[in-house]
Amino acid sequence: MSLLDFARGPALQWSIVIFVVGVLWRLLGVLLLRTRKDLSEPRRDAAWKGLRLIALRSWPRKEFLGGTAFGEVMGYAFHIGFLLTLFFYVPHVLFFADIARGLFGTDLHGLTGLNWPTMPNGVVTLLSAISIAALVAVLIHRIVSPVKRLISNFDDYFSWLVTIAPLATGMAAFAHLGGWPYERLLAVHLLSAELLLVWFPFGKLMHAFTIFVARGSTGMLFERKGASL
Amino acid sequence: MTETTPTTREPDPLEFDQPRVSIRKPEHRFDTQGEASDAVRVERAMNSFVRDFGRTAAVYMESCIHCGMCAEACHFYEATQDPKYTPIWKLEPFKQAYKREYGPFAFVYRALNLKPKVTADELQQWQHLLYDSCTVCGRCSLMCPMGIDIASLVSQARHGMFKAGLVPHELAAVTERARREGSPLGATPKVFADRCEWLSDEHEVEITIDKPQADVLCAMSSIEIMKYPESVVATARIMQHVGADWTFRLDGYEATNFGLLTGDAAAQKDLTLKIIHAAVACGAKVVVLPECGHAYTALRWMGANMYGKPLPFRVMHIAEFLAEQVRAGKLRLRKVGKTATFHDPCQLVRRGGAIEAPREVLQALGVELREMYPTKGANWCCGGGGGVVAIHRADELRHKVFKIKMEQIDETGAELPVTSCANCRQTFDDGQAHFKWDKTMHSLLELVADNLVEDDR
Repeated sequence: MSLLDFARGPALQWSIVIFVVGVLWRLLGVLLLRTRKDLSEPRRDAAWKGLRLIALRSWPRKEFLGGTAFGEVMGYAFHIGFLLTLFFYVPHVLFFADIARGLFGTDLHGLTGLNWPTMPNGVVTLLSAISIAALVAVLIHRIVSPVKRLISNFDDYFSWLVTIAPLATGMAAFAHLGGWPYERLLAVHLLSAELLLVWFPFGKLMHAFTIFVARGSTGMLFERKGASL
Repeated sequence: MTETTPTTREPDPLEFDQPRVSIRKPEHRFDTQGEASDAVRVERAMNSFVRDFGRTAAVYMESCIHCGMCAEACHFYEATQDPKYTPIWKLEPFKQAYKREYGPFAFVYRALNLKPKVTADELQQWQHLLYDSCTVCGRCSLMCPMGIDIASLVSQARHGMFKAGLVPHELAAVTERARREGSPLGATPKVFADRCEWLSDEHEVEITIDKPQADVLCAMSSIEIMKYPESVVATARIMQHVGADWTFRLDGYEATNFGLLTGDAAAQKDLTLKIIHAAVACGAKVVVLPECGHAYTALRWMGANMYGKPLPFRVMHIAEFLAEQVRAGKLRLRKVGKTATFHDPCQLVRRGGAIEAPREVLQALGVELREMYPTKGANWCCGGGGGVVAIHRADELRHKVFKIKMEQIDETGAELPVTSCANCRQTFDDGQAHFKWDKTMHSLLELVADNLVEDDR
């Protein structure tokens, strides 16, 4: 079995299994915990309106903007770059369609007649480059900022590594860097993405899911009291 | 471990001749209570921390991405730029213990020893971070991009610290005094009754005590009873002015809840139940809480949960009561005609939701309100909440933090700084004395009482 066969075959399957089972285990492990009914008389009855905090907290209040702008801007830059590259780069879309056909016997086009939108390669390359640059910037910030350096642990650095790795190896594969055969570059790229999937449930990448629950819970608790969101 | 509090000891003397009420500065500190081995202390701390762990707290523990932005919201970090005051760092041992002992992957962390066990020495070091340098003001909770209510986790960690016997000397001493005498600052029923009698004579106002049936039960804070007794008079005057059927009761008059501050959940419940039972006994429809932020949190938002069922009466902070009377046209006030700025008590405003009520009252007083920046929910804390003002070793740090408040208020150019929390007020009094500042904090309650229009009554 070649490295690419391994990356496309068992490594892919197992990484997806670990990702799905791990995410469910960690999410259900907390979501199934009990909650105690709050018996205090609410100030506002429609606590669900506090769910707006999920959107609201996506940008800091103006009072906090000064000290956090760098983190916010860089954070958005690498998240947006990463997600657009992941979901709208032509080879990725073809790859996902292939997986969908393998799993469900059809893909989005077969199901709805619609085509998944894609972005031109040049745009994706630029986005990936921005994403990598922003990730490098946040790593440097993590190291030089006394606050971030103090509170950081293995998870922070390793999660950074598994996030930048697919971007970097993807760029390398796209540009045929390093004099390696394309197939080997592609295999390394796939393996790096699989490493991200495997690590995902165990580290802080899980915030991709928990962020909605945490913001939503706080929003509802605070809205009930009429407290500041 | 440092020296442990002896099991039998005279209560620490209280100090009332200073700008803030506390115990007299201890010559010898006892910041560790009870007799227990280090291992037992750690176990108690962690068991207590995770005991009440519900879904929300667990989600919070799973969500931190170590972005460090909460530091920007913390007045202790802002004043010192010391990274150890980053709010989420104040929970580090508890986060570590959560991952190792309680989280969904705890078995992995334990099996591979990925998170080392928390030690008693670590917890003792963290006492400074969880008590001296956190007012539980919740400004960080407003900043966290993940939406983690960090302040609620600090309160939960304090439960653990209390169980471990690792509470700062002063807070342990006042909680112990509350257990021994029934009041943390010596405002026993006899002292309160004597004070009311004296205040009634001195100020020629009727102070109703122990009426068998009353619509309104009023409570005071220990700080007011012992240091700002004019607030007791002001409460009585206002209740009479609006024609309320009201009373104080000697079985439930003190709303101060040091149990909440130290993390002593049992004491918190006892103190809360006293007021609830007193209100039920006199058939009160409303309990009016004093100018005290954490008293509001303790009864308004946590009271029913301590009681185990919804409260059979409404709970209002005095500022909310005053605003309601203004709206009902029952409170007739002289116009003060000055400029004022309002310091938002964190537990009342940011975390309590009574944001506009004090402002409505100020408007009725005809002052020109000059808001500080930031204000309302994002306002800076005075630095004395959460028990911090009582801790002597925290004085220097607290004074650094207080500079933020002075700058904020000076910038408004307002003549009258006003607040609605006796604990904030004493923090301001202490800060004023320390910095020889030319501003004195005023009580909203007393400002109203001083400006009642009584002529045609």
